[in-house]
Amino acid sequence: MLDVRDLEVTFTSGADEVRAVRGVSLTVQKGESYGIVGESGSGKSTVLRAICGLAPTSAGHILLDGKELATPRRPDFYRRVQMVFQDPYASLHPRHTVDAVLSEPLAIHRFDRRDERIAEALSAVGLGQGFRFRYPHQLSGGQRQRVAVARALILEPQILLLDEPTSALDASIQAEVLNLLDRLRAERGLTYVMVSHDLAVISHMCERLMVMEHGLAVEELTRDDLRQRRAGTPYTQRLLKASAGYTREAT
Amino acid sequence: MTTREWLLSDNPVSRRQARLGQSYRTWLDFRRNGLAMFGLAIVLVLVLVAIFAPWLAPHDPLIGDLRTTRLLPPLSEGHLLGTDDQGRDILSRLIWGSRITLAVVALVVVIATPVGLLVGTTAGYFGGWVDTVLMRFTDVVLAFPKLILALAFVAALGPGIENAIIAISITAWPPYARLARAETLTIRNSDFIAATKLQGARPARIIWKHVVPLCMSSVIIRVTLDMAGIILTAAGLGFLGLGAQPPQPEWGAMIAGGRNFLVDQWWVATMPGLAIFIVSLGFNLLGDGLRDVLDPRRRT
Repeated sequence: MLDVRDLEVTFTSGADEVRAVRGVSLTVQKGESYGIVGESGSGKSTVLRAICGLAPTSAGHILLDGKELATPRRPDFYRRVQMVFQDPYASLHPRHTVDAVLSEPLAIHRFDRRDERIAEALSAVGLGQGFRFRYPHQLSGGQRQRVAVARALILEPQILLLDEPTSALDASIQAEVLNLLDRLRAERGLTYVMVSHDLAVISHMCERLMVMEHGLAVEELTRDDLRQRRAGTPYTQRLLKASAGYTREAT
Repeated sequence: MTTREWLLSDNPVSRRQARLGQSYRTWLDFRRNGLAMFGLAIVLVLVLVAIFAPWLAPHDPLIGDLRTTRLLPPLSEGHLLGTDDQGRDILSRLIWGSRITLAVVALVVVIATPVGLLVGTTAGYFGGWVDTVLMRFTDVVLAFPKLILALAFVAALGPGIENAIIAISITAWPPYARLARAETLTIRNSDFIAATKLQGARPARIIWKHVVPLCMSSVIIRVTLDMAGIILTAAGLGFLGLGAQPPQPEWGAMIAGGRNFLVDQWWVATMPGLAIFIVSLGFNLLGDGLRDVLDPRRRT
């Protein structure tokens, strides 16, 4: 469904050039949950941002259903692909109520039945109607991230890009949000592309994953490979070893 | 449920309640600041006096009696603040003059603030050559000394209160543009702007609905603090004979009129001077108080 071929992203500021992503390819099937793992700075978030047009692609192709995406992205792209950001404290406008956050995409894409859709979206992410007119500062981190998920889902997309959606949350809240994401995927047949540095989270959520290092794809693994710790490259083995404590608890 | 509980509820049930509750919290913060409340009181009094001028003024502000009431000192019978060289009651002239002062301030704000906000947020949001063009233009306007440019402008268009307002507005917007641009630069790369872009929002919507509300508070603070300067500039133009024309009771022009007898009849120039001083002080205190409650760096 989603095809990324030889993607390169280069950021330039003045004479400095940073090649954040250097030729990454991946294919995500419909209904699949695909993980991207790597250390900080390995370019994994940049891949997501390039897919949705927030980072400039300097080379390579991004295809949705076999069709090359136009830059800048067309409005119908945003109805099919949405993103949830890492930090729920930064991804909600501090002066907008939950209601304003959720009505905006509906207004942009001229959806009907807005009140009902907002109510549905709130209950889908496990927030009551009492949250509808609150400001972000009246919400906890987990509640904010639920609002961010609701915002991403309200346009009824098919693909959800998740950029470390739980790394800014407490351990107990992490599990809640991950379960929520799991349930939503099962209910709506969504396709996920999830970025994380936490192998436990990825092995819980994703069927296949890609390991990235310094902007390069190191190798692609299945969930079974990960659980049996069958890693082909030394880098992935190191990564597995580093997170061993977590893996044992999670599996 | 009392109104207070309704306003402070953590579970508002409508857009209106959420918005009113937010304003009420800001008001509660503001109320704790004594000096700011004093400033607000001064500004409110100015507004009320301007509205009710015809009923408050004891005498005609434009026509005096040259035979009996010329240059009476303060506290004379029927003339609390004395009279000027044409026998006009100074208190009445101050009361009517508050209308001119308020009109100048209001019009300058209405003209200069939107221009500054628009230029600043546009430059900051788009960056690149848009930013370069807009900000260099702002720098050019900013490089002119305020009063001198206003003087040149009034000299070209002819003296009068309307032209003074236009002249002050033209020189007042660049600081707001710079402020709005600086705020926009810190906002434009944040995740919530990226999230809005991902919903397919166009730049106009992002600037208007997401960037401007966050720039608003610092601009409001700056505008309130600038009010004193605007009043002084208007009074300065009046003093030089380029603002309000006689016999209009403009405070700056009144000081100019009293200049000739400053030593023997001090009150003619002093009373409007005091009025300018008190109103400027009121706006400054109000601005300081607003900064304390609205400053985005203090609350998110």
